[in-house]
Amino acid sequence: MRGTLTPRLWATTLGAALAAGVLLVAGILAGSSDLGVGDVLHTLFVGGDRTDYFIVFELRMPRVAAAVLVGASLGMAGALTQAFSRNPLATPDILGVTSGAAAGAVATIVLGGGAYAVGAGLLGFGLPVVACAGGLLTAALVYGLSWRSGVDSYRLILIGIGVTAALTGVVNYLVVRAQLTQAAAATQWLVGSLSGVSWTSVWPVAVTLLVVAPLALGQTRALEVGQLGDDVSVGLGVSLQRHRLVVLACAVVLTSVAVSAAGPIEFVAFVAPQVARRLAGSSRPPLVASALVGAALVTAADIVGRALMPWPVPVGIVTAVVGAPYLIWLLTRRSSAERTASA
Amino acid sequence: MTTRSRAPEATAVPATSAASAASADEGSPAPRPAALEARGLTLAYDGHEVLTGLDLAVEPGTVTTLVGANGSGKSTLLKAFGRLLSPAAGEVRLHGAPLKGQSARQVARQLAILPQKPLTPGATRVRDLVSRGRHPHQSMLRPWTAADARAVEEALEATGLSELAERDAASLSGGQLQRAWIALVLAQDAPTILLDEPTTFLDLSHQLDVLRIVRRINRRRGATVVMVLHDLTLAARFSDRLVVLADGGVVADGAPWDVLTPEVLRTAFGLEASVIADPHTGGPLVVPHEPEDETEQHPEVGNQVR
Repeated sequence: MRGTLTPRLWATTLGAALAAGVLLVAGILAGSSDLGVGDVLHTLFVGGDRTDYFIVFELRMPRVAAAVLVGASLGMAGALTQAFSRNPLATPDILGVTSGAAAGAVATIVLGGGAYAVGAGLLGFGLPVVACAGGLLTAALVYGLSWRSGVDSYRLILIGIGVTAALTGVVNYLVVRAQLTQAAAATQWLVGSLSGVSWTSVWPVAVTLLVVAPLALGQTRALEVGQLGDDVSVGLGVSLQRHRLVVLACAVVLTSVAVSAAGPIEFVAFVAPQVARRLAGSSRPPLVASALVGAALVTAADIVGRALMPWPVPVGIVTAVVGAPYLIWLLTRRSSAERTASA
Repeated sequence: MTTRSRAPEATAVPATSAASAASADEGSPAPRPAALEARGLTLAYDGHEVLTGLDLAVEPGTVTTLVGANGSGKSTLLKAFGRLLSPAAGEVRLHGAPLKGQSARQVARQLAILPQKPLTPGATRVRDLVSRGRHPHQSMLRPWTAADARAVEEALEATGLSELAERDAASLSGGQLQRAWIALVLAQDAPTILLDEPTTFLDLSHQLDVLRIVRRINRRRGATVVMVLHDLTLAARFSDRLVVLADGGVVADGAPWDVLTPEVLRTAFGLEASVIADPHTGGPLVVPHEPEDETEQHPEVGNQVR
């Protein structure tokens, strides 16, 4: 559609891609170990000893790849929910995905070590699978509860908030009941971390992104028209229920898989689309640019957390430290803009 | 004026236009199908029926305005015509084919609707807003073409917005913005257009602007227009046909002079009023009475400022 691919959006997309690319390389070169940049380059292009090879190919590369892919997934999922709901505060979290994944993961960690049959059973599937299933099931539950001869966005958001609150209670209960080491493991997962990421946890995120992103991009024009309101969308030939289902399913799958790989990394799905929208000067968050900004954001946060801090800081903490002030700034700016508008 | 308004139920005022009622007899085959037709249409919100068993056919190339008191179901009927509301019973036909079962895009090429409260997006130029009207003509395989651009420029031209095309839509005045929305609907290039209270929140001169554009679209493009208006005098002035809704059905239907009678105004609006000829246009002019006033001989009391 005319007006969606402006030169400024192209520039934003290319700029974000460049930033993500540079950060990806930087993430492989930089690290906390005494492996210098020269050693890494030597290992990459000439070949190093077994330890160097292991650090570069089995630790840093999957970690950086996970950062890029998780960031891109969260960024695109956030762009989908924000554009769809026409609300910059609507992230996939409101659909209950994150809390569902967290409940699944924490239940596995806390109950898995003990004598509980259910925990052992869950652990058998592996943490990422249970987390992903928890996210998908919760989103399906929220969608199902919102259904009354069609799904209304407002009802969906309210039910999402309710279900999220209930599941947060479950997570807190599990953590309180857990033994100290399990509670620590659960808390670390809840913060969102890329330490301990291996190639096996990267592949699912990559495949998901490859499959879901084209589906999501197919909704671009409907999202654009959707900015004019639901009634106008229908008038312009958007099949609203199908569009809603596809957009939400894409957002939910992207988020569930990303969260299952790295835990709920805070604020990425919220901040990345807003940054991309402001840079591109568009009426809604652009999907591809938001994904690339998300990739750059998570990769940068991970580099900061593991290479620039005196001790390793989980990536989720870094994004929260950046994201929270941004949220507050956005809220105060919005409310003052609304005051001027109504004055 | 081919109405098939078998005005339902007891409250019905006898059909005011005998000629139109006669010409719409079931027997006479229509030369072309109605642009829009409601058949036994029952509309309800949460089980509460607003309109019951309504039959109404809109002739192609005419301007039909739905009028009625608040809650009479005129916007509800327009929503059902525009498939924003699915019927509890009965069906809507568009150019002879049932709406139900047609793809959203297919319908959007034949039927455009401007709802009451469209959302104005931020950071969008007027031309880009109007371009959204081309959505039903586009797909992944059929991107923006010269025909799309031409339709947009024509729509801007027809609504007098060519000069403002590069402005941010959010910066327009109320009247300009409403013209931009009309332009979007025009760019959609559908033969049938539905407008839900297109003049609300506009001052009188801007109301006239909008309605003149609507009349011109109807005359020049031969578009069928169905709209909802509150102002009866303006409705009479810019419509071929008025359909008055009250008590779950049609209470009067026909040419403005036939429909706007004191009896209909009393039944449909609970309003005591005279209808006089507009000295300028010759159309019907509704002059409400003051409650304590009993004489209808002095139309000027209607203008009294209290």
